[in-house]
Amino acid sequence: MSINEPHDPAVEIVDMAAVARAPLEPAIPATDRKSIKRELRRELFRTPSFIVGAVISLFWVACAVAPGIFTKWGESDFVRNSDGASIPRASPRADAWFGTDTIGQDVFARVIYGADNVLITSPIAALIAVLAGAVLGLVMGYFRGWADEILSRVLEAVLSLPVVLLAIMAVVTFGSTRLVLILTIATLFTPVVARTVRSAVLAEAQLDYVTSAKLRGEPALFIMLREIFPNISNILVVEFTVRVGYAIFTVATLSFLGFSVGSASDADWGRDISDTYSLIQAGQWWPAIFPALAIASLVIAINLIADSVDKVYSS
Amino acid sequence: MLRYIARRLALSLITLFLILLIVFSLTRVFPSEPARQLAGPFASEERVEQLTENLGLDDPLPTQFGRLVRDVVTLDFGESFSQPGVRVLDLIRPALWNSAKLVILSLLLVLPISIFGGIMAARKKDTLLDRSIVSFGLASASIPDFVSGVLLQFLIGVKLGWLPAVSNAPDDAGLLTGIKFILLPALAILFVYFGYIARITRAGAIGAFEADYTRTAYMKGMSSSKVIRKHVLRNALQPTVAVTGTQMGYLFGGLIGLEVVFNYNGLGGLIFRAATAPDFPLLQAAVLSVAIIFMLSTLAADLIIAWMNPRARLDLGDD
Repeated sequence: MSINEPHDPAVEIVDMAAVARAPLEPAIPATDRKSIKRELRRELFRTPSFIVGAVISLFWVACAVAPGIFTKWGESDFVRNSDGASIPRASPRADAWFGTDTIGQDVFARVIYGADNVLITSPIAALIAVLAGAVLGLVMGYFRGWADEILSRVLEAVLSLPVVLLAIMAVVTFGSTRLVLILTIATLFTPVVARTVRSAVLAEAQLDYVTSAKLRGEPALFIMLREIFPNISNILVVEFTVRVGYAIFTVATLSFLGFSVGSASDADWGRDISDTYSLIQAGQWWPAIFPALAIASLVIAINLIADSVDKVYSS
Repeated sequence: MLRYIARRLALSLITLFLILLIVFSLTRVFPSEPARQLAGPFASEERVEQLTENLGLDDPLPTQFGRLVRDVVTLDFGESFSQPGVRVLDLIRPALWNSAKLVILSLLLVLPISIFGGIMAARKKDTLLDRSIVSFGLASASIPDFVSGVLLQFLIGVKLGWLPAVSNAPDDAGLLTGIKFILLPALAILFVYFGYIARITRAGAIGAFEADYTRTAYMKGMSSSKVIRKHVLRNALQPTVAVTGTQMGYLFGGLIGLEVVFNYNGLGGLIFRAATAPDFPLLQAAVLSVAIIFMLSTLAADLIIAWMNPRARLDLGDD
């Protein structure tokens, strides 16, 4: 049960204590909810794993927004040494921290410039999935009946196949553009969110406040949006952060498999790994390993955030 | 019990039908010119028309869907598009076997190690050990499989040189050599799944450690290892079994990036090649194999849980 559930006896006790102490300030549920939200946020910002995750993520966001401040080389520039000669296949050194790739581009610059692809696609896809999943879950959990039954079957069909597999089929069919990637991932993530929201709505719908709203004769839309929705919004926050992590996972995998956005010379972690991982066996590990570490650091950071959000908001 | 299994299988058939519909729409309904896609951008108009004719891509969609359903029911998917003359099933079979080998080896690594880790974390709840296991698990589980594959290939395969960096064992390889060749991808899978399985086990074990029956067992003087074996494991492992069941589809058909990294010819790699070729009969058959594996393994997981827990068995009867 969520903290801000209005009929939670614990909250009522706190309310009464507050009223007793400050009788001139009426305890309005809405301000309570706001103060609880503020309290949760404060707790979140004090969680160490959240701070670590947020710092790393913000670094990558900064790279995506303004890569130029981190490196003097562009993503397609060739590194030149003091003689002005190009230095392809150079291992990590002072003037190219992460070394250079087979054609002499700076791997460090490629890593910095490669951040934008996953960071644009993933949050948008996750947001659409959470919104669509919330609508579906609310409708399914509130109305039940045959619509719920049919939708549950469809969701189960989608969920029984690996996301990557369906995503590949979709991008092969519709082409790998940013829009297709976003919509594909959003569509594939919607069932999980819908199922989570549905079971939360099922639990909420049995509580007294929903029954009394029904008895008051409120329309279904009002009950779903104004009564139930505020009580499941924490779940959606958790779902969103978790989904962003999985979306990055999926986008990176797709671009590793050759379905990436933009021209072939643009820096992109997955694509750069795909172009260079076969060189690892020949000893040239740096062009593949550094983007791999970049992906690892970003997904770990997002998951640290998701885990802290889950702990704070679900407790 | 039998009624439960029958009902589950019937529901699975509906799900399979829906999956068929999804696959069909992605391969036949949405592409405007499947034959052109198949023949390639430089093929002549005649060749495209001939392909369309030969493959029946001109027929009304319901007819084509009916043909697909018939293929599935008779388990005969005909010939591959990309390798004419080769039967689809002859391509699926070796890939399925390769995937099975990798999955079996991975589970033999993942399950004992993760369950041990989860139980240890639960026993030493809130200690440094617990926190390390949980944080390491969280980090390792969130990294995409192809990324851990590349990292392990570099560290263990190339830097340390302990294991072959590519997973194609020679044809005459014995069991041990065969294992050696797929140990590296299996380790990558261990890396991906350790955190997930250990966390699930940990949650189940914490519940079991705190349960009354465990306290009673301790109080009647049972040794710690016996309590864990007889009482804790049986109850703690039910979520672990359920989760393992749901992950089988992913293990067989979702490790596409990992199979590409190690140049391994499993079902995932086959699906990838079939999707990009595009080879519709092969793709449809491979995707359906994954779906069937998923269904059978979730059913198996439910039955194992029912065997472990009489209460769950009661639920099945009610169903």
